[in-house]
Amino acid sequence: MEDDDIDLSALDDGELVEQMHDDLYDGLADEICEGVNILLSRGWEPYKVLTDALVEGMRIVGIDFRDGILFVPEVLLAANSMKSGMAILKPLLAETGAPKAGKMVIGTVKGDIHDIGKNLVIMMMEGAGFEVIDLGINNPVEKYLEALEEHKPDIIGMSALLTTTMPYMKVVIDTMKEKGIRDDYIVMVGGAPLNEEFADSVGADAYGRDAAMTVEIAQKMVAERRAA
Amino acid sequence: MTVAPEKTLLIACGALAEETLAVIRANGWVHMDVTCLPAKLHNTPALIPNAMRTKIREKRGQFSRVYALYGDCGTGGLLDRVLEEEGVERIAGAHCYEFFTGSAIFAALQEAEVGTFYLTDFLARHFEKLTIEGLGIDRHPELLPLYFGNYTRLVYISQIENAELQEKAKAAADRLSLRYEYRFTGLNGLGDFLNKKAG
Repeated sequence: MEDDDIDLSALDDGELVEQMHDDLYDGLADEICEGVNILLSRGWEPYKVLTDALVEGMRIVGIDFRDGILFVPEVLLAANSMKSGMAILKPLLAETGAPKAGKMVIGTVKGDIHDIGKNLVIMMMEGAGFEVIDLGINNPVEKYLEALEEHKPDIIGMSALLTTTMPYMKVVIDTMKEKGIRDDYIVMVGGAPLNEEFADSVGADAYGRDAAMTVEIAQKMVAERRAA
Repeated sequence: MTVAPEKTLLIACGALAEETLAVIRANGWVHMDVTCLPAKLHNTPALIPNAMRTKIREKRGQFSRVYALYGDCGTGGLLDRVLEEEGVERIAGAHCYEFFTGSAIFAALQEAEVGTFYLTDFLARHFEKLTIEGLGIDRHPELLPLYFGNYTRLVYISQIENAELQEKAKAAADRLSLRYEYRFTGLNGLGDFLNKKAG
């Protein structure tokens, strides 16, 4: 250990969680794994480690990205760190039965191969207890429909980075309308060139401005739908 | 009696500066002036519409006509909204690559291989600064597959034949582990638009 390194195991729980937020912010994957293991060894439930240390840390990263303080490379490094921590937690979460918030099918639309935003959303949705089925990139409408039929999710999510591919979301939604299944699902859309107005114009239920916001909206909409 | 053409300003992306000036010089359009927004805005498209509005308002009083040489560039139509509000016409196309290839060829390239990464002369020249450093790959090489893992080929669409730039573009493709293709487009796409506006 170098002189200026912090001995994570010497920190109390509150200090350690705060330090993990900082380490996530700085994209320090090894430190995040160490912090996760320490909290688990102190008897923390895996779900509590996930939400208090990782998801909350990533939420802070998301806010600073939204405010233009952090940029894509830093967010990706933070996401990589969170992923490392989640790799430790995932099998434990499966064993301990973390709360299930809902199910989402998500994919990047046809003609588009960009998946950075989509992958961030998946990570944050999983962190919030959603089961997520990832359709990957370049998805034609048939692929979405098959996945809806097979997985019966609460939410269908579509992502695009290109101005030229985002109109394809309307193709998917219009096809769902034709088949009479549009209202069976919450339709969420996202991606850098999108905005609220575009989401309304294609007939989506919601626009996820970023990963944290997507989770917030998804939780609210699933709860509303279940209560109805 | 000949009427002098109206003083015209072209607000271009910095990535198009050299090519735009080359067309203007070749045609002797002394009434046309060029000002640019920084090319690095390509990596943060959300900042482009306001930067464009500011530039238009700053310069408009000095020119009779103003045109925008910009793609939509990932602004999701917000750039066009600003231009409409300011009464400024833009060259057609979602991306600057499209000005050079023409829309039909660009669409065919995309259709043929969706995972295509494009370089123009400018982007080939500044690949290291804009792509590698701009995306943080120089500091964190582990990010490379996250950015480029889904790409399969790099197409260098070249405006001015230049062996050195071809070497750079090829090296860029190697660096990103992408198949390399070269296409010479010349400046016609840009030239055609400017020609229509030059009178």
